[in-house]
Amino acid sequence: MKLHEYQSKQIFSKYGIPIPKGRVAASASEAKQIAEELGGMVVVKSQVLVGGRGKAGGIRLAKTSKEAEEVATQILGMEIKGLPVRKVLIDPTANIDQELYLGITNDRGARRPVFMASAAGGVEIEEVARLNPEKIIKVHIDPLLGLRDYQARDIAIGIDLPKEYWKQFVDICRGLWRAYTECDATLAEINPLVILKEKSLLALDGKMLLDDNALFRHPDLSEMRDVDEEASAETEARKYGLSFIKLDGNIGCMVNGAGLAMTTMDIVKLFGGEPANFLDIGGGAGADKVAAAMRIILTDKNVKAILFNIFGGITRCDEVAKGILAALKEVKPSIPMVVRLVGTNAEEGKKLLADAQMITAETLADAARKSVAAAKA
Amino acid sequence: MSILVDKNTRLLVQGITGNEGLFHTQQMLEYGTKVVAGTRPGKGGEWVLEGKVPVFDSCKAAVEATGANASIIFVAAIFAPDAIFEAADAGIPFIVCITEGVPVQDMMRVREYLDQKQVRLLGPNCPGLLTPGEAKVGIIPGNIAIAGNIGVVSRSGTLTYEVLYALKLEGMGATTCVGIGGDPINGTNFIDCLSLFEDDPHTEKVVMIGEIGGTDEEKAAQFIASKMTKPVVSFIAGLTAPPGKRMGHAGAIIEGGSGTAAEKIKALEAAGVKVAKHPEEIPSLLK
Repeated sequence: MKLHEYQSKQIFSKYGIPIPKGRVAASASEAKQIAEELGGMVVVKSQVLVGGRGKAGGIRLAKTSKEAEEVATQILGMEIKGLPVRKVLIDPTANIDQELYLGITNDRGARRPVFMASAAGGVEIEEVARLNPEKIIKVHIDPLLGLRDYQARDIAIGIDLPKEYWKQFVDICRGLWRAYTECDATLAEINPLVILKEKSLLALDGKMLLDDNALFRHPDLSEMRDVDEEASAETEARKYGLSFIKLDGNIGCMVNGAGLAMTTMDIVKLFGGEPANFLDIGGGAGADKVAAAMRIILTDKNVKAILFNIFGGITRCDEVAKGILAALKEVKPSIPMVVRLVGTNAEEGKKLLADAQMITAETLADAARKSVAAAKA
Repeated sequence: MSILVDKNTRLLVQGITGNEGLFHTQQMLEYGTKVVAGTRPGKGGEWVLEGKVPVFDSCKAAVEATGANASIIFVAAIFAPDAIFEAADAGIPFIVCITEGVPVQDMMRVREYLDQKQVRLLGPNCPGLLTPGEAKVGIIPGNIAIAGNIGVVSRSGTLTYEVLYALKLEGMGATTCVGIGGDPINGTNFIDCLSLFEDDPHTEKVVMIGEIGGTDEEKAAQFIASKMTKPVVSFIAGLTAPPGKRMGHAGAIIEGGSGTAAEKIKALEAAGVKVAKHPEEIPSLLK
């Protein structure tokens, strides 16, 4: 789950990391009022869950509160990479001496958290990693011991941070470490962390990604999810415990198991078609789940055929077939459907579906070929 | 012959009284696995499945009474890290965690601790493993695979079943099939399994099924090129997966441009691995 900049910075602030004194606004008049309270020049920042906001014109300066209102009006009417801007953050501007990067993420390969820092902040870290990998300092943290102060000092030394800032920098590292562990983040990033002309450090921008699997123990954080920023079908699917991702093709796929669902998409493409979605209905899918999945697939008007690929293991094919029949009664789709049932109780399943006017297939390749043909017909 | 589990495996089921635990214990017993004990705090002294398996309050008590040498975990994600720690502290050298949805930071702490104790974990979020004709430790349907000379290792569940089934239709069987699971941080990885298959005298060829996310397939490719004498055939799922989206499995995500199927296929082919275009092509590539 992604958090907005303003949400991430609020969390950082709770852990003692200094952030600008701004607030978030949902309307231009609100933006004006905040700018008035702050006084002086402000920066109006669109709050959308994609990178490259600055380049898209979603981050702009305003000298007066009146100008803040005008800028906010424009930004609140924008779409950035397809996402409408619904909120803007109004922050006071800062007198920047230098921009740094500081972040923590999970290093899959090392199986440990890793602190990353760079004296070249303000640009995306992936960009720095690509162009100047030697400019990134990495320090792995023992997950059982946590961050040690000396490690934070090592990072400061590694990015040539002047001594006078070390103490504040170590405090910020500690705060970021606590935010990362206590929120079950997979990324906690300050970019840029700036050295102000006033000789102190400030977290100008922030980003957090949270582990979806850990949200059960963070009800307060779960509530921060911005469902406006998700494809509505994905939100709907989550309600039914389905894993769904929309793609751009015209062949809807309904599969049990994530690996097999990906493979089904791949094989559709291999045989000249374009998958419309990824969908894992999981094990033991009953009629309600199958019907929900079918409705979700059919909300996409591009879909010209549906491919059911079910491998019965513990999940029995006859149970899934019953689910499909019940769902057909309820949803009544008018497009061709290809079904492949293999494994436990496949024969019983096929018998149940014999009258349902579905195209049947034996192998994966056969199913892919038939669904590609059906979508073109 | 086989790797990791065989007819001498004495299995403990953690969370044996739950729906999943009970159902799969029954399936494992029917397959012939020696399930010697189960645990459920508060139900120690009871028996399940018509008196076939005794239940204990703790792993320690179960190990002392039955000599269990492997455990399988069917508890909810919220309790799974504790269940793994408990099994490790009870002296069990091999732990299989079926549970899906364990937080990744918990897994980092678990891995660090198990590495220090030199305990092997398979999973989490995995289907377990199957040594056809000898032992089934997990949820892989027993009827879809026959015994043979092919080692199978995979990050997926049903996709693995597809492959086992495709092999069976061609009369080909497995020494052991290992599902290492779809999480970003897990216990046993590809290289661990490839190394065990390389050393197993009955395994002649290996099938490795990977998917998008991380770089474990690339590392495996290096291992295959430098250390393996046995031929490896592979399939990688997710060529059509969009970047930045988690494809069902917590670990199946292309991040920062890394972890694509195309990169993995390239690395494997460079290591001399035959990569199938789709799973049903695997049997012919093994011939």
